[in-house]
Amino acid sequence: MFHAPPQPPENEEAIREQRTASTYASEATTGRDLRLDLFRGIALWLIFLDHIPSNLVAWITIRNYGFSDATEIFVFVSGYTAAFVYGKEMRERGFLIAGAHILRRAWQIYVAHVFLFAIYLAEITYVATRFENPLYAEEMNILDFLKQPDVTIVQALLLKFKPANMDVLPLYIILLLLFPPTLWLLRLRPTLALAASMTLYVLTWHFNWNLPSYPSGHWFFNPFAWQLLFVFGAWCALGGAERLGAVLRSRITLALAVAYLVFAFLISLTWYLPVAGDYVPHWLEEVIYPIDKVNLDVLRFAHFLALAVVTVHFVPRDWPLLKSRWLWAPITCGQHSLEIFCIGVFLSFAAHFAMTEVSGALWMQFLASALGILIMIAAAWLLTWYKRAEGRSPGSRPKKTPDADLAGGEA
Amino acid sequence: MNGAIASLLATFALCGTALASEGQGCDIPGYLLFGTSELKRVPVAVRENHRLRIAVVGTGSSALTGPDGPSSAYPARLEARLSERLPGVNVRVIPLVRTRQTAEDLAKGMSKLLADEKPDLVIWQTGTIDAIRRIEPDDFRAALENGIETLEKGGADVILMNMQYSPRTDIMLSLGPYADSMRVAAQQHEVPLFDRLSIMRHWSDTGAFDLYATDKDNVLAQRVHDCIGRGIAAMIMDAAHLRETEHKTGQ
Repeated sequence: MFHAPPQPPENEEAIREQRTASTYASEATTGRDLRLDLFRGIALWLIFLDHIPSNLVAWITIRNYGFSDATEIFVFVSGYTAAFVYGKEMRERGFLIAGAHILRRAWQIYVAHVFLFAIYLAEITYVATRFENPLYAEEMNILDFLKQPDVTIVQALLLKFKPANMDVLPLYIILLLLFPPTLWLLRLRPTLALAASMTLYVLTWHFNWNLPSYPSGHWFFNPFAWQLLFVFGAWCALGGAERLGAVLRSRITLALAVAYLVFAFLISLTWYLPVAGDYVPHWLEEVIYPIDKVNLDVLRFAHFLALAVVTVHFVPRDWPLLKSRWLWAPITCGQHSLEIFCIGVFLSFAAHFAMTEVSGALWMQFLASALGILIMIAAAWLLTWYKRAEGRSPGSRPKKTPDADLAGGEA
Repeated sequence: MNGAIASLLATFALCGTALASEGQGCDIPGYLLFGTSELKRVPVAVRENHRLRIAVVGTGSSALTGPDGPSSAYPARLEARLSERLPGVNVRVIPLVRTRQTAEDLAKGMSKLLADEKPDLVIWQTGTIDAIRRIEPDDFRAALENGIETLEKGGADVILMNMQYSPRTDIMLSLGPYADSMRVAAQQHEVPLFDRLSIMRHWSDTGAFDLYATDKDNVLAQRVHDCIGRGIAAMIMDAAHLRETEHKTGQ
């Protein structure tokens, strides 16, 4: 994200003209699409920056310039890669084995979530007990939940009590728990599966379905609504992108997407410049607000689609920079998404800790942001190294189990 | 990447100096304070009755503890500042602090408040308790609209005030949805929003206050409340067109 928007290569026009239907057709069937790793890696960085509280660097993240944010990218790409990897396995080894692997993945994510919760508790209790500023007497009520650790910790294990910024992994767990039958249907009748997903989304909006939270309220990422993006990603991976090829290539789609992105940007300006809000007519405000993140507002979904259309147009699958060393870092991060996501959450706690205990000044915000991303890159590099070492060692298992982190399956 | 970071740093540094040069202490940039929503009852009360009654309805962050708490919390500072700026007008600010109440709880008390206090203007501070208890944002917004409508029907002007910026606890509190709800409710009912969250954030970013401080004494809290009182006074003067403010910097 510190990169300027990537410059198109000089022969971009030529590449675009050469691009034919076969480029799109091949997406679902051959090799790995490094763009998925790239954008998931960037999404992980953005989520990290957004999760550091009071971080001015987070001004550069996409949530400030439109309706959707990095969560949409993360969920879509996760759906895409899960379908790609487990779909292949389901074809080769059957429903039972692939389903068992998906559930094991859900378990791994649950363990990771509980691990992060323990670190979170350690961090906030340390910070909070050293803090008695009378200006914030009211805010300290937030620690009331610690007065009942018996209830709170059990509720956390049940995924009902989720501290701020720890909502994504529980969503991911539910999505994976529901994924075996979804994937089965997606492979059998893709259109029917997508229609079922859309129906669930619409019914969720109509009947206000959601899972309960503790102590009150509902899940911040409603799984019944957000499943649409995950299933849509999976549908694209299993040939949907191919079917959409003609629509994606059309100049009209591109123009609509760009127009919508500009509209969203102008609206987002009013969030930070109240004066600009006076130019937005009341009827329009009535229509668009509230932009509901909990239930994946249609405006957010459309914003993500528009971003995807523009991205696919300007970043072709065979974009030379994808193989260059410039994009190596985000791609590597995107290939180890679970680990890097968890490290990102941990680092955001650590950054908050450093900002409260050392200094919250601007230099610390930049230092923590930059250092955090460097650590994420280093960790991703280390994980790649481990994987290679395991893969090459003579005594290793002959067939590796599939890994949904990797867009292309095998590393 | 390093180049990009350096240029970002430079940009932020420039922003910092541009804002700081507007004044010293706790200035508030005009865009955070002045909008187009107008106060209609206040100018009538000031010009015709020479008397202005303001009720501050809120939770714990509208008060300070200690023997000098009541006189140094922002309602009292607002009264002092407005009396200064409106000579000849009898300004009364009545603090009605109800700790640990959600927006819904506070909204329920609005009718009684109108009857008891007959305020020209109600400053409604809320959001923190709702965020702590994780009240459904939709319910929060409905409560805001109920409260605003009750007050408007009763003939009082309204100013909404959102949460404090609290860098030490903001990893534990998700304020975003509640701040958004308040912004939207204010826009739709055309009532001014005193964006305490952004204003205190601005003070923290520009170094006016060290809001990370852990000191147990009231010094920082009193300075912040004084500045909030001044800010609201400036907002009221502007939104009620009471006097053409020459320099729109919140002082």
